[in-house]
Amino acid sequence: MTNVSVAKEDVAATDELVVLKSVNKHFGALHVLQDIDLTIGRGEVVVVIGPSGSGKSTLCRTINRLETIDSGTITIDGKPLPQEGKELARLRADVGMVFQSFNLFAHKTVLENVMLGQIKVRRTDKKQAEEKARALLDRVGVGTQADKYPAQLSGGQQQRVAIARALAMGPKVMLFDEPTSALDPEMINEVLEVMQQLARDGMTMVVVTHEMGFARSAANRVVFMADGRIVEQAAPDQFFSNPRSDRAKDFLSKILHH
Amino acid sequence: MFDFLEGYDVLGAFWMTVKLTVFSAVGSLIWGTLLAAMRVSPVPLMRGFGTAYVNIVRNIPLTVIIVFSSLGLADIFGVTLGAKDDFDVLGFRLAVLSLVAYTAAFVCESIRSGINTVPLGQAEAARAIGLNFSQTLRLIVLPQAFRSVIGPLANVLIALTKNTTVAAAIGVAEAATLMKDMIENEAQTLAIGAVFALGFVILTLPTGLILGWLAKRLAVKR
Ligand SMILES: Nc1ncnc2c1ncn2[C@@H]1O[C@H](COP(=O)(O)OP(=O)(O)O)[C@@H](O)[C@H]1O
Ligand SMILES: [Mg+2]
Repeated sequence: MTNVSVAKEDVAATDELVVLKSVNKHFGALHVLQDIDLTIGRGEVVVVIGPSGSGKSTLCRTINRLETIDSGTITIDGKPLPQEGKELARLRADVGMVFQSFNLFAHKTVLENVMLGQIKVRRTDKKQAEEKARALLDRVGVGTQADKYPAQLSGGQQQRVAIARALAMGPKVMLFDEPTSALDPEMINEVLEVMQQLARDGMTMVVVTHEMGFARSAANRVVFMADGRIVEQAAPDQFFSNPRSDRAKDFLSKILHH
Repeated sequence: MFDFLEGYDVLGAFWMTVKLTVFSAVGSLIWGTLLAAMRVSPVPLMRGFGTAYVNIVRNIPLTVIIVFSSLGLADIFGVTLGAKDDFDVLGFRLAVLSLVAYTAAFVCESIRSGINTVPLGQAEAARAIGLNFSQTLRLIVLPQAFRSVIGPLANVLIALTKNTTVAAAIGVAEAATLMKDMIENEAQTLAIGAVFALGFVILTLPTGLILGWLAKRLAVKR
């Protein structure tokens, strides 16, 4: 019996992909992240929701160290986040990030956007990088746009290219910071569908979004943040139908009734 | 009608102007870009150097810089720039060095203003896929910054072409030096002035037109 339980713990330990422990961060006097403890398992899809200004973006950005933290630890696949330099660059390549505003490289074609990191960071040769880029662009449904510049694409297409660009690095985990918030309503679904497929394929994902449909159908867990704290975590159904905290009830009543 | 041109190597003098301009332009673009990189670098020492350099150099008159490099560098410290006995070559190299040192400060400031036009998200996306600081700057930020400042850089280049006349102060045989000689020896002062003015317009006008066209063509669409 003891043997079995030890084995179980071992499995659990190696299955933890992203672990944040007592993470704190300030912007000047503002305490944006307060004692954040969060563990994301391999293959898990976690949706982060919460009022504007609650620290969701900052949380995402600390995970690939676009923002530094003041105290606490963050580990990815058992390794603590490196400081600056080569190590950090490698870590960032392992953590894909998709931004609200797409941020495709404006002076490069769609294809070049998806090839650049493979060539310059992963040192893949050009031909292989192009093959992979084209395959990924097909997978997100923008294969025919490969030679255009980002500004020639619709928002939904740009965001799908941005997802392909992140996937091209072969990341262990993907972070999405409100990936559909800057999109016209008719383009939201094409992006969510790509994300849903990604979740089904077993990608580990942290998704900041207010798309309840996505949370219900794709997430394993919902994390609710308010004022820099994680207030509540639960399975999506449980969270949406039966939130425990007043903050969550209040928030849900606001976003569901408009 | 143009007899007064006889016996003078006007084309040769302008050729010297062109050489001064081209060498100084290449040098100041490189040095100016490095200075701009320093000014946005995360290393405080580099930022400090870049800032100090730009603020000092662009506030010193070019004539002072060029005379200093001739009298100070060459005569007092014995800097020969690989041209020990050939004073024409030494003068040319000192003039280019001075023009590069001076013009680079303006190139740096143009490029830095260009860097400010590149949205922060571009650099963040670059860092997020694992590019380091120098790759982010070289591959993502600077190419976009350059495209947005081709216009201002054209102005710097045109100013540089005209500034080469300051090399006359240390006896480089460029257009302004020849013009001074001719005005001293010939009667047609106005005509001489007109010829040289026209010469400079012929040199600078295409620069402006070509770069203006490039600026439009290469503009980054967002
Ligand atoms: N770079 C920054 N400097 C100062 N304050 C910031 C910065 N980024 C975010 N903030 C502040 O931190 C708080 C949390 O921001 P953010 O993480 O973007 O929240 P959310 O994504 O949940 O809306 C907000 O009050 C915001 O104004
Ligand atoms: Mg946000």
